[in-house]
Amino acid sequence: MRVDLGGIRMKNPVTVASGTFGYGAEYAKLVDVTRLGAITVKGIRLQPWSGNPLPRHVEVPGGMVNAIGLQGPGVEGFARDYMPFLRTTGVPVIVNIWGTSEEEYAEVARRLSEVEGVSGLELNISCPNVKEGGNAFGTDPRAVSSLVATVRRATRLPLMPKLAPNVPDIKLFVRAAQEAGADALALINTLPAMVIDIETRRPILANKVGGLSGPAIHPVAVKLVWEAAQVARVPLLAMGGIVGPDEAIEFLIAGASAVAVGTANFIDPTTPLRVLEGIEAYLRRHGMNSVAALTGSLCMTNPATNVEP
Amino acid sequence: MMKDVTCRVIGQVPLTAGYWALDMEAPGLAEAAQPGQFVHVRVPGLEPIALRRPFSIFGAGGTTLKLLYKTVGRGTAQMNRLAPGDSVQVIGPLGNGFPLAPQGEPLLVAGGYGVAPLAFLAERLPTKGVVLIGGRTADDVLAVAAFERLGWIVRVATQDGSLGETGLVTVPLDRELARLREAGVTPELFSCGPDGLLRAVGERAIQAGCRGWLSLDKHMVCGVGACLACVQRLRREDGTEWIGRVCRDGPVFEAREIVW
Repeated sequence: MRVDLGGIRMKNPVTVASGTFGYGAEYAKLVDVTRLGAITVKGIRLQPWSGNPLPRHVEVPGGMVNAIGLQGPGVEGFARDYMPFLRTTGVPVIVNIWGTSEEEYAEVARRLSEVEGVSGLELNISCPNVKEGGNAFGTDPRAVSSLVATVRRATRLPLMPKLAPNVPDIKLFVRAAQEAGADALALINTLPAMVIDIETRRPILANKVGGLSGPAIHPVAVKLVWEAAQVARVPLLAMGGIVGPDEAIEFLIAGASAVAVGTANFIDPTTPLRVLEGIEAYLRRHGMNSVAALTGSLCMTNPATNVEP
Repeated sequence: MMKDVTCRVIGQVPLTAGYWALDMEAPGLAEAAQPGQFVHVRVPGLEPIALRRPFSIFGAGGTTLKLLYKTVGRGTAQMNRLAPGDSVQVIGPLGNGFPLAPQGEPLLVAGGYGVAPLAFLAERLPTKGVVLIGGRTADDVLAVAAFERLGWIVRVATQDGSLGETGLVTVPLDRELARLREAGVTPELFSCGPDGLLRAVGERAIQAGCRGWLSLDKHMVCGVGACLACVQRLRREDGTEWIGRVCRDGPVFEAREIVW
């Protein structure tokens, strides 16, 4: 079940999506986090950040729309308050990082490179909930290329940009990121969304708009992963609407090397482990001896990814 | 210690119009429950996916867990369909409850279904006192008999005057605080209800120089402190501010901690 996600050595292909699992400790009493392939933590910038006003979420059919706004403790706070527990898990820690300038991203990467136990960086270039940073970088291939190159120079940690789904051609972004030095790619982030209270005629979220997650976005994510896989030379971490093994297996078939469970953690925190067991059972049932055998195995006349088995 | 428990519905009974008490077998959870803590309920039948719903613990005895809810949306409407024997996934007990060794004479102030954790608290507090229950109408006034059975003095205020005195519950609260002040007794306030009520109770606790424990009702997603949806601006003793999570750092806070 081992997977090498661009240098992040996972004992199995299942992690959690940034922002849905806190810093690992929050869920540790409910689920055996040591069984995860990796723990991906909530977005971190250089300094502590307070996020958006409330309400920060609203439930919608098939998922939810959130606008948390990347509240976080900053690099120092994260290293001090959260890394000690994460180190005890023995599981690779992927830190989602963001900033409002290329320099900030690079500085966060530089500092996290010196923190023991950090296994890789997920570059958040696609959060729909902060004006600067996030999506401002993620929807322009030249900005992605420049940002990834800058961060690349700041760290030797595996670098995994998280791509925005709301772009006309995902392949441009895959190429831009990998040519600039990305070791892996994560997709997809939430889809920009809005919900209106028809009685007050006001947006429900204080931030007005947010990001849609949950089963509603899964087919969108599958299509984007499949397209990305056609040009990707680096492994893909897929996420978006996984609620059980089936959605995860779909992602692997579409071309992903690993998967992340997001919103479903809120409903059933054991989802990542159910997904893991389901993938294992599927591989056995189909006589496959590795996750890599499943990756990109979609039966169509399109090239599979170049992931090493 | 929180657990994700498969509970079995014992039954549910109507209280007043729109309000229900739901009893479940919750072994391993009910025994650990403390007043002011809450549970996060995965309501069956809201598939393919729906967020869990947080509920204050209305009571716990042995392995039985008691919740009080008002049917307000599709989640609680679906809860209303639960029948004896049905299975429900429940995470809990969650959060920090009320302190059970008050320094003053306990004075409980409930607004609407905010009465739920206070009814549980009344069972567990070592001393009895007065409980003030406010609601918009008589239907929003719950658990009066339960408090009286435990030996508490109940005073009711409704905004439409359909039960008890007419007006906000802060009217009998001010009267009660004046009475205690004249008697030279330090009160300790415990409250749960809408933010407006909590804020009013908190201001009075600060004015009276007594402790005021406020249980915040916020929409939640994860319930365990991971998602940061239910945050609240708080103040430390040294005056510095921080952003806490109602689910994990609360839901009960002392009045002076909250930055409204």
